[in-house]
Amino acid sequence: MAVLTFTPEGIHCPAGGFHIDPWRPVDRALITHGHADHARPGHAHYLATETAAPVIRHRLGDIALDTIPYGETRRIGDATVSFHPAGHVSGSAQIRVAVGGEVWVVSGDYKTEPDGLSEPFEPVKCHAFVTECTFGLPVFKWAPQAEIAAEINAWWAATLAQGRTPVLGAYALGKAQRLLACLDPSIGPILTHGAVETVNEVLRAQGLALPDTIRVTPETDPKDHPNALVLSTPSGLGTTWMRRFGQTSAAFASGWMRLRGVRRRRAADRGFVMSDHADWDGLNAAIRDTGAERVFVTHGYTAQFRRWLEDQGYDAQVVDTEFEGESLDTPDAEDAA
Amino acid sequence: MKRFAALFTRLDQTTRTTAKVAALADYFSEAPEPDRLWTIALLSGRRPKRTVNATILREWASDTAKIPLWLFEESYAIVGDLAETIALVLPPNRTESDHSLTHWITEIRRLPTLEEPDRRALIDAAWDRLDASERFLFNKLLTGGFRVGVSRTLMTRALARATGIDEPDLALRLMGDWSPDTTTYRRLVLEPDPEEDLSRPYPFFLAYQLEDDPEDLGPVTDWLAEHKWDGIRGQLILRGGTHHVWSRGEELMTDRFPELAAARDFVPDGTVIDGEILAWTDDAPLPFAALQKRIGRKTVPKKLLAEAPVILKAYDLLEWQGGDIRATPLKDRRALLDTLVESLPADAPIRLSPRLAADTWKILADTRARARDIGAEGLMLKRLDSPYRVGRTKGDWWKWKVDPLTVDAVMIYAQQGHGRRANLFTDFTFAVWDGDTLVPFTKAYSGLTDAEFRQITAWVRKNTLERYGPVRAVTPEHVFEIHFEGIQASTRHKSGLALRFPRMARWRHDKKAAEANTLGDLKQMLAAYG
Repeated sequence: MAVLTFTPEGIHCPAGGFHIDPWRPVDRALITHGHADHARPGHAHYLATETAAPVIRHRLGDIALDTIPYGETRRIGDATVSFHPAGHVSGSAQIRVAVGGEVWVVSGDYKTEPDGLSEPFEPVKCHAFVTECTFGLPVFKWAPQAEIAAEINAWWAATLAQGRTPVLGAYALGKAQRLLACLDPSIGPILTHGAVETVNEVLRAQGLALPDTIRVTPETDPKDHPNALVLSTPSGLGTTWMRRFGQTSAAFASGWMRLRGVRRRRAADRGFVMSDHADWDGLNAAIRDTGAERVFVTHGYTAQFRRWLEDQGYDAQVVDTEFEGESLDTPDAEDAA
Repeated sequence: MKRFAALFTRLDQTTRTTAKVAALADYFSEAPEPDRLWTIALLSGRRPKRTVNATILREWASDTAKIPLWLFEESYAIVGDLAETIALVLPPNRTESDHSLTHWITEIRRLPTLEEPDRRALIDAAWDRLDASERFLFNKLLTGGFRVGVSRTLMTRALARATGIDEPDLALRLMGDWSPDTTTYRRLVLEPDPEEDLSRPYPFFLAYQLEDDPEDLGPVTDWLAEHKWDGIRGQLILRGGTHHVWSRGEELMTDRFPELAAARDFVPDGTVIDGEILAWTDDAPLPFAALQKRIGRKTVPKKLLAEAPVILKAYDLLEWQGGDIRATPLKDRRALLDTLVESLPADAPIRLSPRLAADTWKILADTRARARDIGAEGLMLKRLDSPYRVGRTKGDWWKWKVDPLTVDAVMIYAQQGHGRRANLFTDFTFAVWDGDTLVPFTKAYSGLTDAEFRQITAWVRKNTLERYGPVRAVTPEHVFEIHFEGIQASTRHKSGLALRFPRMARWRHDKKAAEANTLGDLKQMLAAYG
């Protein structure tokens, strides 16, 4: 029996009368996390985890948002739902839906390596797994976070030694905070783009421990902050906003930086391979650990990944969705703030 | 290899020219001389020959990486670079190696002497001893396609800085028919013997595209104007009683164009002529496609020689009576050239590229507008008092190309790009109307801004009608203005025609699909310019 169906509005649960991360307005939306392609405006009722809620509220304004702790089950219509850590960003969840004896899980976006900030990914047993596969090709493999952190801190120090200001571009929600946790404050202070700092404030208010940062305002004089690293949004790189820092060296952190061609297109001086999505090995491990026989792939290298899964003996299908995964180019909604 | 990989990483991590030159200059000061020589060779296009078949290499790589071949191929399609794809899918190396660049190139060149199992063992052992960036470079050398985004000019500048040798002098020393097997770093760079290489060409002077109004160039009388020919830029060298023909890509093409050997009978020794090699009959150029057939052939069958005979359309004289005259002003070089070519018999394979007389820019603009009628791509403008410079230098030479042909077409298929554009839909197929049906006639990949590619990518994801592997059929809705340089009949395409250099000039948001051009419109262009 199909616990979930795929409709023009989004992923739908007929037994429960709700949708998961729908892209068109619906009555009841269960939201995996606060990124703009998953949490959209216009729904009558929202349900999300307690830790995801503040950012969603901040972004979508005055919405009817109910919250649920990880692991707690809730009955909606004839379905039982629960939210489980996805390790993507703070508060992100996989959503488990059980109808009768049949269990389906929607992954949302996820990564399997703990980042020290998000609630670590937990595999959830199910019959069918609806998974992203943003990086569903064997060329995408991530180094351990500690290695990348060391690279970034070395770049920070080396850039200062050249008399330049390092500017690191990352998404305002998720990647920026993860980078903050990786940066070595003994090198210097951390200046933040307004859009990053706004998210920092929301997360700090809910009790997340983030290192000290200084918001860049029109009055900010870089000379007052020697040795600083600037944490910007991706769209801030290479703009007039950066000019105030004089001679800079720009870097960008994303899973796409694994590809030399993409690194070059960004025209950043450095690309650090860091993603909040699972790499090839992570995707395969996650799917294996669910014990699922049926797999629906929603976004990313879907055609290739589906065929690979079929080779591995899964019943795999591609589902067209409007999720974007880790987009290099579409600025997150928050960037405009 | 570690030092070379470190150089490559420094080059790759910056877009600043000064930083690239500094990285190269450091390398040219520190690396062992054989490695320096190989680096100069690699950066001037003298790559070692491919010694292992790419198909087998893919099989070995996917086998070592424990993934099916089809998945390797799919990955390659996205990454867009074979060497990089292999480096990315392989498991991490287990050991290290301190061997030099020259050592690994020697290993690669040893491959053809080995039996297949030994070849694979050598390559696997290398993959297991080289780290990610070394392995990428090793694969680049193995697959024979080494390009690193460092122009030859930049390399020469860095070498000049490292050695203290004057840059133009160095540029000349690095030209011609040498390889790391035939010379040493010392003989090539530090203590060259000018008599050693009679075939050595001069560095080509290259023109920039004229973007502004030609009136801004000053009085028209300061300029020499001629047609811009659509052939192969070449240098004809007559020294020591023999002749050589070089392409702009510094490929020796003497044997491909045997017609030019006749120059030895008429042109005095100690002469170097710069010009355009064209397929030419009845006083007019043949389409580029005719010349293309000739380029592909190392030896030319008689039939092809008769169908597409070539000439050199001469436009500059670089060496005269054994002396380098590049510093002489163009008007004097050209006067010598005119006298020389006019003295040749009518059947000599060298013709002058005629000077286009004009008192006003307006007259030249009119000539340019008609350039396509005589098979030219537009005009060249050259400052009469200028020397013959090295490489692409702004100011003295301009190409003033004819406006492109245009057609409004409907996008019907989309495919993701690779390499730089791996996560965007950038490769599109376009169609024009034939009655009620849309007939595909061209693909185009370039011309849109990054913002437009993002916009169209989001649209493609939501408007896919059908998938054929990586290709998506999309709702025929968006109209693009396609620009192209030429049009030819083609039996290989459904539409019956093929375009030269098609690209997207504009996204016509103002036009509906029904307003796009028709196959009939294209056929008219084919009749006029094909």
